[in-house]
Amino acid sequence: MASEIRILSATGVLGSGFREETLKRAMALGPAFIGADSGSTDPGPYYLGSGENLFSDSACKRDLRLMLLAGRAAKIPVIVGSACTGGADAQLERLAGIAREIAREEKLSFKLATIASEQDKGYLKKKLRQGKITPLANAPAFDEAVIDRSAHIVGMCGTEPYIEALQNGADVILAGRSSDTSIFAALPVMRGFNPATVWHMAKILECGAACVVLRKYPDCMFATVTNDHFIVEPPNPEYRCDPVSVASHNLYENSTPYELVEPSGVLNTFSAKYEAVSDRAVRVSGSTFKPAARYTIKLEGVELAGYQSIIIGAVRDPIILRQLDTWLDGLVKASKDRIRAVFGTDVESQYRLDVRVFGKNAAMGPLEPETGIGHEVGLLFQLTAPSQALATSLMKSVGHMAVHYPVPEWSGLITSIAFPYSPPEIARGPSYRFNMNHVVEPASPLEMFRIGYKAVRG
Amino acid sequence: MTKLWQVAKLIRSKNAGPFELTFDVIFKDRASYEKVRDAKTINALWFARTYRLSPEKVMVIEYDAANAIKVTIPRPVISGDIEDTDVFGGQQYGPLVDLEVPEQ
Repeated sequence: MASEIRILSATGVLGSGFREETLKRAMALGPAFIGADSGSTDPGPYYLGSGENLFSDSACKRDLRLMLLAGRAAKIPVIVGSACTGGADAQLERLAGIAREIAREEKLSFKLATIASEQDKGYLKKKLRQGKITPLANAPAFDEAVIDRSAHIVGMCGTEPYIEALQNGADVILAGRSSDTSIFAALPVMRGFNPATVWHMAKILECGAACVVLRKYPDCMFATVTNDHFIVEPPNPEYRCDPVSVASHNLYENSTPYELVEPSGVLNTFSAKYEAVSDRAVRVSGSTFKPAARYTIKLEGVELAGYQSIIIGAVRDPIILRQLDTWLDGLVKASKDRIRAVFGTDVESQYRLDVRVFGKNAAMGPLEPETGIGHEVGLLFQLTAPSQALATSLMKSVGHMAVHYPVPEWSGLITSIAFPYSPPEIARGPSYRFNMNHVVEPASPLEMFRIGYKAVRG
Repeated sequence: MTKLWQVAKLIRSKNAGPFELTFDVIFKDRASYEKVRDAKTINALWFARTYRLSPEKVMVIEYDAANAIKVTIPRPVISGDIEDTDVFGGQQYGPLVDLEVPEQ
């Protein structure tokens, strides 16, 4: 076994970009593979629900093209996980399509492995009945009805499907939903490197250049891993890491900096040491990895919450602003009365109308401790209903009621809201809801994932 | 009166997954970090009051390696759900910025 392995993270998320010259510098350092994460739940439930991608296909293609060209030239694997934000099957196929297009355009040939992460509802129900699905922190209620209601459910794969694909000679691996770190841990774990060092390195590298002192733009990151430690050093000469910047990265999007839970175990960084080896490189050592007593796969699922129509408007009249809350309450009540008069009482249980007030509590909602408002406020009316047609129809009644809703001080017809758009109502399309925070205990690490192979000839 | 923003190089909030919200305060230097850490200025009771939840649900973590204090709470609303105001959870730290801390 080699005494060290070098790892290149192209960027924090495929489509966000990296500098071409940074990739070239990093390739000259001899990485064993190029990895990148392509997804997250961070931008919300819409992407898994709809199959859309947070970035444009063009942006993903630009990044993937440079990665594939570099990977094929150096004959090293290219590994991308959590395809097109949500990591559902359609999103994996979308990314695979982009890879095939690049292969055609650049005349590249490679063995492509795809790891599908979308879960079969029958399988999950069986696991639920067997007591093999358990909740994580703050999980919503979960039963077979939740599984049935879900638009898509994915499992976050560990290193094992990647290792299986690598052992079968894959040159390019594209995965559906995956743990971010497994993308970077798979090959070093397969080669037998100390899992504690490997997983800690993977956590630092999965966000690309996020662990530098000042990240001005997304870029590549590089690590050299041994059994005893890893050294992280940005391949971009404009960037530098210091012990605090690297240690700080453990805080990011993580409930604790000391633990990272993976399907196969838990990385503990409590005893980790972060030491400067130059003014821009940091040596990290001392973490531990405890194998899990039971192997678990985290589920992510979303269901349709409804279709929405929204109206954006502004209020500037000081007379209205002095009585904003009562004016809004009256306006909402009058709108609901009008909806009932037009659409009948049956519609009442089918929709909800919410108003957000920008300039008052739009960021924090009911938790906002400040009570004052300024010389104007922004209003966002949001109507949610079972179909877009119904949401839009109901919102038309709200819009007309709202724009002329009176205050006692003024007599005659007033126009009380500034609408920036015609028509004021905007169809927002489907709105989704994350509906599970649970793990499954599969019979084997591969059981929940389907690996396909294809010889791509450009 | 010293405010937290005057001794921090970063105060932020962010999702830790769709079901949890996490706050990071990274201090400018070791001395400021230790002073605030030891005074327990950032504590479960303050968070419980400000974010209206019970103190047992607040996890406060001292992270010496980065001169940082991390606090994680259940998300008030699931990320992106109909009542959510902040999909990334990125603007929930406002009340922390002007928190009074021990004189430096």
